[in-house]
Amino acid sequence: MTRRFFAGLALALLTACAAPEPARDAELYEALGERPGIRAIVDETLKNVADDARIVDIFADSDIGRLRTKLVEQFCAISGGPCEYTGDSMKKSHAGLGIDAAEFNAFVEDLRTAMIDLQVPESAQNRLLARLAPLREDILEKEERTD
Amino acid sequence: MNHGHTDRRAHRLLAAIVLLVLPATVAAGGKLIGTGGATQIEGAAGGGIVPWALLGGYGTEGENGATAFFSSVDTGDYRLDAIGAGFVWNNRVEISFARQDFDTGSLATAFPTLIAPDARIGQDVFGAKIRLAGDTIYGRWPQVALGIQHKRNRDFAIPDAVGARDDTGTDVYLSVGRLLLAGLAGRNVYLNGTIRSTRANELGLLGFGGPDNDDRELVAEASAAVFLDRRTAIGVEYRQKPDNLAFADESDWSDVFIAWFPSKNLSLTAAWTDLGSIATLDDQRGLYLSAEAAF
Repeated sequence: MTRRFFAGLALALLTACAAPEPARDAELYEALGERPGIRAIVDETLKNVADDARIVDIFADSDIGRLRTKLVEQFCAISGGPCEYTGDSMKKSHAGLGIDAAEFNAFVEDLRTAMIDLQVPESAQNRLLARLAPLREDILEKEERTD
Repeated sequence: MNHGHTDRRAHRLLAAIVLLVLPATVAAGGKLIGTGGATQIEGAAGGGIVPWALLGGYGTEGENGATAFFSSVDTGDYRLDAIGAGFVWNNRVEISFARQDFDTGSLATAFPTLIAPDARIGQDVFGAKIRLAGDTIYGRWPQVALGIQHKRNRDFAIPDAVGARDDTGTDVYLSVGRLLLAGLAGRNVYLNGTIRSTRANELGLLGFGGPDNDDRELVAEASAAVFLDRRTAIGVEYRQKPDNLAFADESDWSDVFIAWFPSKNLSLTAAWTDLGSIATLDDQRGLYLSAEAAF
């Protein structure tokens, strides 16, 4: 019993390291409420960001209308929806902003709070965050070496 | 009622007040809620009985964090209280201190000539943990941390009498942990494995080393938790333990827990623990309660 528990845990940790590319079927897109749902999530997130003293200054020079359009495209595409992301690469769009780990997490919190307020199902919230998480290394100013 | 009990009750009340009031005055760090874990019974960031790879509090890179905790487990025959604090620098190094107070309870009935009815055993645990690589959530690799727990008995009469060789000992552990976003049915899952080198008997409360084994031994510890939502996790833990003393068999420990993170400044954990046989008294099971304030 004990041995099986430890073996299972070891296997799960190893699997976690070699996580496969998430599936690109439209299931998550639908769970997020398709385009209207994603628009609402993005709008609510940007409202939270506007009230968030930790990160609001980062967006001071941003064209918020464009940012909104590109975020909707990105969330739609990454969740398996019928969209193409037409914005700049994450690296290019965040270059020079000096975003650190705490600021990245602050945005994640604002997004998470938006989804909770909009009553997005917990599993859809987590699956969207899981697909956005790999973008972090291109968003942070100083990529932390994690190997 | 004797003075010892009054003191302890006052201690606990004070600790509870400090834990509940202090955090309301301090801003939280940049880690995501829940990813500071709780404080385990020896003072390291972890679950209830297992130290985890993550570091305590909510300071991320470029920030510092601190925690204070109070925990108590009562099996009916025994009671163990622990109180302590930790400091984390730059999400890289955690240092911690815990003072444990073990009420030997029913043991006096089993060993009337050896143990006084109100006998207690105190122990201090000085801990340090360094994040070697990886991250709890992001990047390719899980978080890997190396830790030590230096333990010093404050009362050695009972450990000495039951055959312990030393009143101090230093555990060394390697811990690997990862939060899997949407890891199980869309829920976030935290998995942690820890390997510990130790000579401690019952955490060190019964000293270190003994007639059956006086060497370091490698033991395995594991935790798995599922976040039901952003603030609530349920999980299980298992901890192997050495069996160095001749007078009694020492058991592995396990628990099932629920942890609640109402804010980044406070976590409350309740667990049902199965501590097996402790110092000849079998079937030690009971409720574990823990509160942690984080800054």
